[in-house]
Amino acid sequence: VTAATLATVVQVLTVIGVAPLLTGLMRQTRARMEGRAGAGIGQPWRDLRKLVRRPAVTPVGTGWPFRLAPLALTATSLVIAAVIPLITTRSPLDHGADLFAVVGLLAFGTVTLALAALDTGTAFGGMGSSRAITVLALVEPSILVAVFALSARVGSTNLAAIVTTTLQHPLRVMSPASLLAAAALVVVIVAECGRLPVDNPSTHLELTMIHEAMTLEYSGADLALVELSAMMRLTVLLGLLASLFAPWGIATAGLAGLPLAVPVLLSKLALLGGGLAAIEVLLAKLRLFRVPELLAGSFVLALLAVTSSYFLA
Amino acid sequence: MGVLAAVSVPPRLRATAAGTATAVVGVAGLVAGVAAVTGTVWRVRIGWLLPLSGAEFAVDPLAGWFLVVTSVVVAVTAVYGIGYAGDGHASTRRPTWVLLPVFGFALLLVPVAASVGTLLLCWELMAITSLLLIVTEHAARAAVTRAGLWYAVMTQGGFLALLIGFSVYAAGAGGQTFTALRAAHLSPAVRGLVFLLILAGCGSKSGLVPLHAWLPKAHPQAPSPISAMLSAGMVNLGVYLVVRVGFDLLHGGARWWWLLTLALGALSALYGIIQAAVATDLKVLLAYSTVENMGLIFLGVGAAGVLRASGADALAGVALAAALLHMANHAGFKTLLFTGAGSVLRATGSRDLDALGGLRTRMPATTALFAVGALGAAALPPGNGFVSEWLLLQALVHAAPSGGIVTTVAMPLAVAVVALTAGLAVVTFVKALGVGFFARPRGPGADAARESPPLMLTAMAIAAAGCAVLALDPTLFGQVLSPVVTALIGTPAPIGGGVMLRLNHIGSSLSPLWIAAALTGGVLVTVMVIRVVGAGVARRRDVALCDCGAGAPTARMQYTATSFAEPVQRVFDDVLAPRTDIAVTPRSESRYIIEKLTYQREVPDRIEHHLYQPLIHGYHRLGRLAPWLGNGSVHRYLAYGFTGLITLLTVLAVLR
Repeated sequence: VTAATLATVVQVLTVIGVAPLLTGLMRQTRARMEGRAGAGIGQPWRDLRKLVRRPAVTPVGTGWPFRLAPLALTATSLVIAAVIPLITTRSPLDHGADLFAVVGLLAFGTVTLALAALDTGTAFGGMGSSRAITVLALVEPSILVAVFALSARVGSTNLAAIVTTTLQHPLRVMSPASLLAAAALVVVIVAECGRLPVDNPSTHLELTMIHEAMTLEYSGADLALVELSAMMRLTVLLGLLASLFAPWGIATAGLAGLPLAVPVLLSKLALLGGGLAAIEVLLAKLRLFRVPELLAGSFVLALLAVTSSYFLA
Repeated sequence: MGVLAAVSVPPRLRATAAGTATAVVGVAGLVAGVAAVTGTVWRVRIGWLLPLSGAEFAVDPLAGWFLVVTSVVVAVTAVYGIGYAGDGHASTRRPTWVLLPVFGFALLLVPVAASVGTLLLCWELMAITSLLLIVTEHAARAAVTRAGLWYAVMTQGGFLALLIGFSVYAAGAGGQTFTALRAAHLSPAVRGLVFLLILAGCGSKSGLVPLHAWLPKAHPQAPSPISAMLSAGMVNLGVYLVVRVGFDLLHGGARWWWLLTLALGALSALYGIIQAAVATDLKVLLAYSTVENMGLIFLGVGAAGVLRASGADALAGVALAAALLHMANHAGFKTLLFTGAGSVLRATGSRDLDALGGLRTRMPATTALFAVGALGAAALPPGNGFVSEWLLLQALVHAAPSGGIVTTVAMPLAVAVVALTAGLAVVTFVKALGVGFFARPRGPGADAARESPPLMLTAMAIAAAGCAVLALDPTLFGQVLSPVVTALIGTPAPIGGGVMLRLNHIGSSLSPLWIAAALTGGVLVTVMVIRVVGAGVARRRDVALCDCGAGAPTARMQYTATSFAEPVQRVFDDVLAPRTDIAVTPRSESRYIIEKLTYQREVPDRIEHHLYQPLIHGYHRLGRLAPWLGNGSVHRYLAYGFTGLITLLTVLAVLR
């Protein structure tokens, strides 16, 4: 039990440490491809350090929903980082929280932030929370049907079981069901993390922003937590994608596998993050009301994944 | 006894007396229910109570489960009702308070009725008392009368379906006790007909689409404690009767019955939650959410039937347990939400979310309790709705290989429906909580709101505690549900484990308690880290809201419920078909300068519009025929009588 707990602690600390670097890497990739010098991979960490050294402010008229949201959001990110098998499959939390619970926790995090944004009573806050929650609602069917496709043959929705089964039957990754589910999940991750073409993470233009509109009133340590959580969510979801479809390298027993598992995870994340950033350079943001079409497409892919797993198996 | 108390005591004490009596009825029901689910089975026959047949009552685990859930709802809402009636906020008229204990009692009698005659009598008692309670405030608002009329027609239509269904069944079985019905051997066609009629009757009680039209009208128009009793208690009995007849009396039946139930449930869940997401009246929103949750429960019951017909008994047990647990969860959070809405209505005089807001500072306890209910209704962890939806999803996800092509197609679609429903429930309840309670007041009523009296808060706190227990320790209820499911499906308990929710035959497990503990731990760690890292930083200070340099934002600049749900409304434009009306009044000197702009938006219930309006029109047309048929001429009436007699004789002559 202690070895598993220790491995999980290492995993959570890795996620916290890597998350800002991954965001930095993605920004740097974009900058270079757009012909700019870029601020360097470490810039998000420097931003966070700057933020925690400044006093937080409480806008007049806001209350506990506003104050609690950064904490609750960070807590959900931490729990998810502890549950998902990124470098170890033996998280002590694994039996307590399966893939559905992870999806639920992600949604819970978004909801706390949306409620905080509504609590400010500003037009921007309401706009951001309305949009974020609409996207969340429409993403849900794709995620759960993709989960269906992945877990039905394993006979369990617990992540460790899915990953271990994939390790035992590596060829299943190449099945149509698995590939379709992967495609659906990529769209889901793009929407959940507010990346292009659903949301532009580097804009503060009122007509387009979703996530940023909800965080406008935050400052100091509060803002640092919100930003760090957003980065951790992206890291964890990309890591989840890697673990579900390319689980090789994950430590399945004890601490012995960790020295290998951590660098493998880092390279997988760098590859996925760099690739995502490179694709983002080529994309324009979709109009908000075209986003449902994108998500409907993702849902169809997930549904095809489920049906193909029965008809082609 | 409660009736006597309500009749006799002076108006000032009437609410207290009747409310206490109702609460006592509820507690008695709870004791009986707990005894029943733990194994005490009893039956009673009171011969003199009903002429010809006598009344029969029996309590078994299934009835016990419904007794437990319903009695808690009755007791909590009764206590709340006493507080609600204080300070002259509710009618002290005698009929209302006389009917309250009778209605509560009828709710508890339906699940224990053990013969057709007794069941129909209790069902009708429940229908009539609820109707009279709904129209309590008819003198104050015209909408109440209209709602009452809708409810009266729909509930009596449903009763008719039940009456015919049970008559056919009892005639075929040759006896009217449930024991006789259980032993009956009927042809598949008759069994199918009986099931369809009973499903229709129960669907009209539980608000299944398309028989839901009355529910979002009637539930919001009743006084708030009654709304809670209707929406958290009465609707469950439709589920009860379908489970009782389908699984117990008819022993499962054909797969198409349950596919139909599943489809109707899925349709109700989706339609209900889409309407709830765009509703701006708090109580209408909650009523549509009831349609949604009843849809999910029927979806679970249908899935259980389909799985059982396909031979996957263990999974059928999981699905049925999920449906029954979700019923308890729904009863818990809906009691809390409707009582919360009642407190808001009592304090602000408004149910319109667009005019609310700012209640977090004015009614802090009510807001916190409503938030607990909203978390459950949004089906997010660590809320109570999440656990039962998790169970339901487990049954659906692992079902597909068992039943051939039908389940292979139906189950993923059902999962998608549950998922979309869960997503839209998040929209609905973020809107209800965030717009209704947080930020600044949007109207004068909300501005003047004051916290509810302690008795109302106590009742709500009991409901919230129930939700918390359901959310954190569902295995407790898994053990309670095991005998219920075992008795109906025939396989042993599908759920086990301590704080961990484990399913037999499925590798999935869940521990809501662990998740809640981990979240709390995460919050504490974060607070500590921030303390350490930001040790030398100046203290938090208050500042004005960001106003982009344009002066302080006013309350009218906030997002309203309408604007919050606008993206959802636009996405589901084709389903909702909202009516928008923009009237532009130009100034006299130039039509390009606008004097006034009026914008009106309405989201009508489309099913009601397209299904019921033609029916109502047809009925009106028939009604206009009547004066022509009966124009007062005695000759004509004699001719009618003569023709009728001749026809009858001819028919008899042909048949003999």
